[in-house]
Amino acid sequence: MSETADRVKKIVVEHLGVEAEKVTEDASFIDDLGADSLDIVELVMAFEEEFGVEIPDDAAEKISTVKDAISYIDANKG
Amino acid sequence: MFDLTGMTALVTGASGGIGSAVARALAAQGARLALSGSNVEKLEAFRAELGGDHVALDCNLADGAAVDGLVPRAVEALGQLDILVNNAGVTRDNLAMRMKDEEWDTVIRVNLEAAFRLARAAAKPMMKARFGRIVSITSVVGATGNPGQANYAASKAGLVGMSKALAQELASRGITVNCVAPGFIRSAMTDVLPDAQKEALLGRIPAGKLGEGDDIGAAVVYLASREASYVTGQTLHVNGGMAML
Repeated sequence: MSETADRVKKIVVEHLGVEAEKVTEDASFIDDLGADSLDIVELVMAFEEEFGVEIPDDAAEKISTVKDAISYIDANKG
Repeated sequence: MFDLTGMTALVTGASGGIGSAVARALAAQGARLALSGSNVEKLEAFRAELGGDHVALDCNLADGAAVDGLVPRAVEALGQLDILVNNAGVTRDNLAMRMKDEEWDTVIRVNLEAAFRLARAAAKPMMKARFGRIVSITSVVGATGNPGQANYAASKAGLVGMSKALAQELASRGITVNCVAPGFIRSAMTDVLPDAQKEALLGRIPAGKLGEGDDIGAAVVYLASREASYVTGQTLHVNGGMAML
């Protein structure tokens, strides 16, 4: 598992208060992890801060699973 | 009660009549302020008069990019942002049939759009902190209407609707969003009214007098306080009874 994946999952666990084993790469934030749209906004803010990337709104809208977040960050972090 | 020690606030239109009274009231309860206004000299003079370690941030609220930069500047200066007071407002009164596009646009841009931009930006640090207070100064005419003020009344009613939507979006994060709606408040604007008009005005106010800036300051302090945490999406009318809504 990549270092990005570990850090992303840690943030998801902390923000959504879900069990770590539920945070698989295929898990959907809304359907599987119980996030609402405001949670997604907060997660994106937390990812931006953790990884020093900027995630514009149109990209953020496409992030629906844990894997989407990891891939976007890996592709865009400095 | 209503102690704001350790809290920080951004107040727009801070050197104006109501704005300066709101700023004084927040500072008196212990808040540290970022005072925003467009008249730099007036703003600096007010900051000096207020004493303490408040900061002055000049900003033209008709300029969207400048508005978007204001909350980040305030956060940088204050370290955090607990309270946003959208107080700044302009009037461009005219009968609707004579109202020019720019008179409409200016009032909506400064009174409503800037308030939205600031609230949107302020929600970010407030969400992180799981605490925030957004208070917008609206007006009795936003609820009752007033001839010659279609633009102003629309902007003030707009603040109420906007605040209710934001209140629903942000309540789960400890952020409350409310409005204070002043009636007629004694100011440079009302001082110059002809006596006959003043008489007519007072006849419509059960309290029999104009309000003072401090009356608005006290209402803002309440909504900004920790004690008001269960009050959100509301409009507090401060008008001596002239409209009971």
